[in-house]
Amino acid sequence: MPEQPQQPEGAIAGTGMGGAMDLAASEASTLERRPGGGGPRGTGPAGRPRSLWSDAWRDLRRNPVFIASALVILFLVLISVWPSLIAPGDPLACDLSKAQEGPRSGHPFGFDGQGCDVYTRTIHGARTSVTVGVCATLGVAILGSVLGGLAGFFGGAWDAILSRTTDIFFAIPVVLGGLVLLSVVTSNTVWPVVGFMVLLGWPQISRIARGAVITARQNDYVQAARALGASPSRILLRHIAPNAIAPVIVVATIALGTYIALEATLSYLGVGLKPPSVSWGIDISAASPYIRNAPHALLWPSGALAITVLAFIMLGDAVRDALDPKLR
Amino acid sequence: MGRYVIRRLLQMIPVFLGATLLIFLMVNVMGDPIAGLCGERQCDPATAAQLRREFGLDKPLWQQYATYMGNVFTGDFGTAFNGQPVTELMGTAFPVTVRLTVVAVLFEVVIGIALGVITGMRRGRPVDTSVLLLTLVVISVPTFVTGLLLQLLLGVQWGWVRPSVSYQAALGELIVPGLVLASVSLAYVTRLTRTSIAENRRSDYVRTAVAKGLPRRRVILRHLLRNSLIPVVTFIGTDIGALMGGAIVTERIFNIHGVGYQLYQGILRHNTQTVVGFVTVLVLVFLVANLLVDLLYAVLDPRIRYA
Repeated sequence: MPEQPQQPEGAIAGTGMGGAMDLAASEASTLERRPGGGGPRGTGPAGRPRSLWSDAWRDLRRNPVFIASALVILFLVLISVWPSLIAPGDPLACDLSKAQEGPRSGHPFGFDGQGCDVYTRTIHGARTSVTVGVCATLGVAILGSVLGGLAGFFGGAWDAILSRTTDIFFAIPVVLGGLVLLSVVTSNTVWPVVGFMVLLGWPQISRIARGAVITARQNDYVQAARALGASPSRILLRHIAPNAIAPVIVVATIALGTYIALEATLSYLGVGLKPPSVSWGIDISAASPYIRNAPHALLWPSGALAITVLAFIMLGDAVRDALDPKLR
Repeated sequence: MGRYVIRRLLQMIPVFLGATLLIFLMVNVMGDPIAGLCGERQCDPATAAQLRREFGLDKPLWQQYATYMGNVFTGDFGTAFNGQPVTELMGTAFPVTVRLTVVAVLFEVVIGIALGVITGMRRGRPVDTSVLLLTLVVISVPTFVTGLLLQLLLGVQWGWVRPSVSYQAALGELIVPGLVLASVSLAYVTRLTRTSIAENRRSDYVRTAVAKGLPRRRVILRHLLRNSLIPVVTFIGTDIGALMGGAIVTERIFNIHGVGYQLYQGILRHNTQTVVGFVTVLVLVFLVANLLVDLLYAVLDPRIRYA
């Protein structure tokens, strides 16, 4: 056996979602080593011991980055639920005679190549991105943490099979997999895109969840619970899950931003959503041929996309800082 | 060392077979390759059956996979449906994408690590904060937007470079596309190096090196940087496969005829042999890059030994 003190099991850790989630994973790995926040955290004013979560929440409330990104995300959720609140127009009402025209009163962002109002389309495009991001993240987080958590808890053959399966998934470039799988889909809804992301994204979370569960499993309180005769399901749900969920939440939040970017990329390549759906990726793709004459049609949806992704990545960053005492 | 490499190579086999099988299944879901072959018209049933027999598509799927893998090991990646051997397509496409990837990795190594060292040494100062903000912005703007914007600014508005790359794709033409391809990873390399440097800066060996009066430059480069590089090297190594596969977007923007272009065409035309062949090579590149990274650990940190 080779002597490899610093070589972790995840040495083959691949670049799942274009690298972004990988980094999130490696940054979050410091969390795995410290389940439960590690060490005594002092007691609150009432003398009651504070949990990792209440401590983290106290930190977050004071973090301007968290407040700013949370406000942006709240606004995004609001306009995706109720876009007509600030953009009463119809995103599909276009007038070719106004194609590529610049901003004017009532149309602050100008018109795109088809003469559609860029402002209305940009606001209405939020729904697609938020839906894809939230649904894909939920799916990936649930599937990944259940599979990875069970593998880490029970170990053995199931664990070996799962680890090799994740290796296989990491070896396939994500954009490429999306092109192949989604090129046959004719349904023009977000669900095939979400399904594809869950299918190719779960190994990322499962690897994190597996590591976190293995670390948590070795803690004394788990041994104690076992000695007291607790059933495996009780140990897993009551003792391990609450202490292993932090890294999963951090990675999932950052991944949410990358899923939104991935949806736009796939739509840009023509395999995600297709017109007449309204999505930032479609609008950017449609505006790219007119980039010389009407750069505004490209810049507004791009800006909205960038701010959205940025908000989720910063939120994930802030949550990680709050949950990881080592960084203080 | 030798035994370790052999063990790792053996471990690669199931991953390689699994990944190729997965892509084989995915491509099969992609639809009937024969339908794409007759263009817009419906294929004549007799012709379709003839073609199916010719390409072995009438056999069960596992048999197709076994035959294909058998051929791949003898260097035969099959024939694209236009009659050109897939290896010939690879011969023209891979050199272009390899050049593009090399440019991108150089950007990551040179600029990414330099910025990471600078910010890691000045943690909390204005330089650090501004670079950190910049990396966040770069990460959140998707590659295709960065690409389109740089093409517009540098290529069209200011005329510094040609907006699209010629067929030969010389190294000089690939600088801007390489930067675009590298952009997101570049930001990650900067952040990773910064974290690693800042963490190791307070370690005992750095204090010792400073205390025995070594010049600052030598402390940073020989002692601090070398010990901080392991996570960075891991990231760059795993990124190589992703860069080559992710070049689809960059190659499309700058009209580069590399791997991404061939794959995109292959997928649009349901050209299964091309798609499976190219992805097989990409998977191999990914696995080999990972192995090289693991071997590089031992160079960076002599405490790591492979028996």
